[in-house]
Amino acid sequence: MSPLTIPPVAVVCVRGPLRKLAGGRAEHELEGATVVELLRALEGRHANLSGWILDERGTIRRHINVFVNGERGREDTEIGSGDRVEVLPAITGG
Amino acid sequence: MTELHVGTKKGLFLLEGEPGSAFEIKTRAFAGQPVDFATRDARSGRLLATMTSPFYGPKIFFTDGDADGEWEQAAGVALPEGGDQALERIWVIAPGEAKGVLYAGGDPGVLFESHDGGASWEINSGLWEQPSRPQWQPGGGGLCLHSICTWPGEPDKLAVAVSAAGMWLTEDGGRTWRRGNQGLNPRYLPAEALKDENAGRCVHHVERAPKQPRRMYMQFHGGVFRSDDAGESWSDIAGGGLPSDFGFPLTVDPADPDSAYVIPLVADMDRVTPEGRVRVYETRDGGSSWAPRGDGLPAKHAYLTILRQAFSRTGEGDQLELYFGATSGDLFGTGDAGATWSTVATRLPPVFSVVAA
Repeated sequence: MSPLTIPPVAVVCVRGPLRKLAGGRAEHELEGATVVELLRALEGRHANLSGWILDERGTIRRHINVFVNGERGREDTEIGSGDRVEVLPAITGG
Repeated sequence: MTELHVGTKKGLFLLEGEPGSAFEIKTRAFAGQPVDFATRDARSGRLLATMTSPFYGPKIFFTDGDADGEWEQAAGVALPEGGDQALERIWVIAPGEAKGVLYAGGDPGVLFESHDGGASWEINSGLWEQPSRPQWQPGGGGLCLHSICTWPGEPDKLAVAVSAAGMWLTEDGGRTWRRGNQGLNPRYLPAEALKDENAGRCVHHVERAPKQPRRMYMQFHGGVFRSDDAGESWSDIAGGGLPSDFGFPLTVDPADPDSAYVIPLVADMDRVTPEGRVRVYETRDGGSSWAPRGDGLPAKHAYLTILRQAFSRTGEGDQLELYFGATSGDLFGTGDAGATWSTVATRLPPVFSVVAA
């Protein structure tokens, strides 16, 4: 029998239009071992968010930044319990 | 009263007015966001808009109410998950012939269908799974499916154009597709490459003549073409009076299958109106000859760029209204089939698309 693995619980923070799509709440406690697992869990709770942060490939959209405890994160960045994951649009445009 | 749906780099503008006059801006929606295309489905009254946020990707929104109110996001506007591509942009929305059916074309060379008036969409798998797709080449604007030509009264017949994967035709409602590129021999390809059906055919815009559906007109990347066999083969008709055979937009007079209108630009390396003069060119003989229609349009030091979706029509015959917008933010129109033109609006953001209704 394989040992029981409990996924870490982290807080994902969204703002602006993402917050509105996430039921109007900025902070979401979610389970996931990596950034992409957390973001998929967020989409699972709020289907309206599908396609806004992750594209069809499961890639974070080019002009969105994800920070894990203040450090730049990627899809496969590992998550620990109590981590804080900020989802921010990049400074871009024209 | 004519309504214009103007997609711009910084939002959707809805204007109303009478042909031959300046129009009033009634609504600005999606402020600050690039709105690629917007149209109202005349059957339902529903407004639909495509928006490509640089942050959050391409989406289709719709509303049955006021344009300055709440819009709903349409479902299903995405490529199949788990692939190696992402949807880049939705270029166009077109009503189908069957009740409630709409089509949307996008990048990468993808066609979506809606059977509920645009609330939800699904990918057309027949085109998506074309075996040649890995060889399709994008144009400068991406691998965009920009032209969707329905066939009046025949919902299963459809033609679409992809830059630069050429023309695609179906007669079974999109289950199977075949190419329609005979005669499209681009100057930018070496002669030996013309035999390669996967070599890029950079179609810029296609329209069907509604009263003679086998006739179609095409603005190509170097060439203006006509088809009399429903898009199977094409003949160059740019020889008779056009200052250039390069350009993007094209439209037709629904009352007259021999009519078409183009807005030539100098060339692919200089995409502005020739000689600093803004002129629409009209044919009334199927492309044998073209005549400039510029009375009322800027005639000096006017170097405008008009994009492929930024030219639209409503009405027909002597009451044909034509409208086009430029990346300069200027919008022009005619209510007498091009005989005289007036400025409809100025100082808008760069215009991506114009749809008149």
